[in-house]
Amino acid sequence: MSEAIAMLPTDARPLLIVEHLTMRFGGLVAIDDVSFAAGDGEITAIIGPNGAGKTTVFNCLTGFYKPTVGRLTLNRPDGQFLLEQMEGFRIPQLAGVARTFQNIRLFPGMSVLENLIVAQHNKLMRASGFTFAGLLGLPVYRNAERKAVELARYWLDRVNLIEQADWEAGNLPYGGQRRLEIARAMCTEPVLLCLDEPAAGLNPRESAELNELLLSIKAEQKIGLLLIEHDMSVVMGISDHIVVLDYGRKIADGTPEEIRNDPTVIRAYLGEEEEEALPPEVAQDLENLTKSD
Amino acid sequence: MEYFVQQLINGLTLGSIYGLIAIGYTMVYGIIGMINFAHGDIYMIGAFLSVITFLVLGTIGFTFIPLALIIMLLISVVLTAAYGWTVERIAYRPLRGSFRLAPLISAIGMSIFLQNYVQLLQGARNKPLQPIISGGVVLMEKDGLTAYMSYLQMVIIVLTIVLMAAFSYLIAKTSLGRAQRACEQDRKMASLLGVNVDRTISLTFVIGAALAAVAGLMVTLYYGVIDFFIGFLAGIKAFTAAVLGGIGSITGAMLGGVLIGLIEAFWSAYFSVEYKDLAAFSVLVLVLIFRPTGLLGKPEIEKV
Repeated sequence: MSEAIAMLPTDARPLLIVEHLTMRFGGLVAIDDVSFAAGDGEITAIIGPNGAGKTTVFNCLTGFYKPTVGRLTLNRPDGQFLLEQMEGFRIPQLAGVARTFQNIRLFPGMSVLENLIVAQHNKLMRASGFTFAGLLGLPVYRNAERKAVELARYWLDRVNLIEQADWEAGNLPYGGQRRLEIARAMCTEPVLLCLDEPAAGLNPRESAELNELLLSIKAEQKIGLLLIEHDMSVVMGISDHIVVLDYGRKIADGTPEEIRNDPTVIRAYLGEEEEEALPPEVAQDLENLTKSD
Repeated sequence: MEYFVQQLINGLTLGSIYGLIAIGYTMVYGIIGMINFAHGDIYMIGAFLSVITFLVLGTIGFTFIPLALIIMLLISVVLTAAYGWTVERIAYRPLRGSFRLAPLISAIGMSIFLQNYVQLLQGARNKPLQPIISGGVVLMEKDGLTAYMSYLQMVIIVLTIVLMAAFSYLIAKTSLGRAQRACEQDRKMASLLGVNVDRTISLTFVIGAALAAVAGLMVTLYYGVIDFFIGFLAGIKAFTAAVLGGIGSITGAMLGGVLIGLIEAFWSAYFSVEYKDLAAFSVLVLVLIFRPTGLLGKPEIEKV
């Protein structure tokens, strides 16, 4: 474990420790012996070209996949959780890991508010005495439900969706759906929030708002954020720590300054001795990577 | 007019029973996208359990009817719910990751198993039950024709309304209901929010079976005779009701149940009793041809 912690470039308390994570699908090695740590109260970005295995890391963390090899430790002040051994639904319930998706996964047929209430299912389920108190409308459940609505309202306010609380989630504009997904993840009251390309498809103004939101979540909630992002202005602007993956391997790990000047990273984005023109998005990334400072 | 009102009452009574069973089909379809063909047999088990409970109560000399009915209801609901849970646990959950047709075949197998299981244990003969609730009121009378509503019919209709209201409340307002709706839309995502998906699915089966048990008790009281095969026809009719209302929609199942009950009652009254099943199933065919999503169903949008 100390090995991965030693890699933490900042002096934050390690919240998530990934050790020797390997994920194979048949003959394909999606992640190959990746170790890194993510600090508590920090934004850790995972970057890398397409197909580098970033989302697979998230899928292992949130119980979608069982890693072939490796240990994923969530190091909470009140105890340690080995994520790779937990049942999927217990990861958000007990360990407190929440995530959002690259392609948004809201409950489109439920109202915006209900999306946030579902996220507080476990609290409410306990308060409702596993439905009986809820069915009878007992005060215990009413109180719990009121608190749940308050928390939901707080987050709706934070993401500017309070006016749309009664809309069907599927009818929100794209940017709103992205923000709602973050609000919903926060309603599970996580200690680690994993965001899979939260800026994808947002215009520059929305993207700037997102940066602010993420920074304020980090500052106020004191939780760790793990971020997959292609938009280098977001990555360089807000992260404390960057992990770079390429072809399933970790090729660099450090602070934004270190990453920006790392020759291996630049080579991974450029490709070695590649004659043909770069795909436009990679060229864009590269440009941002080198110029933003 | 009196004749019409009489058929309306009969139809509503029958429709209540179908509606209660149909909810079980539609809920299970909504949450895991399969037709639980064993659901009709779960209802049959509910009917048997209430008869057995009644006979046991009679043997030990318990004759206070209202309390006896409540005990019958409770025991039948609890034990039938346990059957529902077990069926899901052993026949469907192991197949959850499998191809779509697998749980369907398993359901048919379960249905055949339950029928034979009851036939073996209880015998193939009809089980009669003496009328427990008798009497009623004459609503209208004219030219020797009467519209009569028995107390039993009142009990059935009122109990159904109460159960359906409670059930709609459960789905709309409680955290279990919300979890069920969430699982319906995206099971993986629900699990990522800490919803125990397997338990939610189990509870769906338990609730469906409990409602079917109530229907089983009602049918036992209403017709006074049951056998191990009643689940088949009632199950298929309730399934028709669920499709008519729009499978996956709970209000649809209630509405569909009542409509099928009414169609059957009026067909028997004005055309022929022999062909009442034909009428009900013709509705299924017509609905599937002209409005496959049912009355209240939403068209299914393929996820890309």
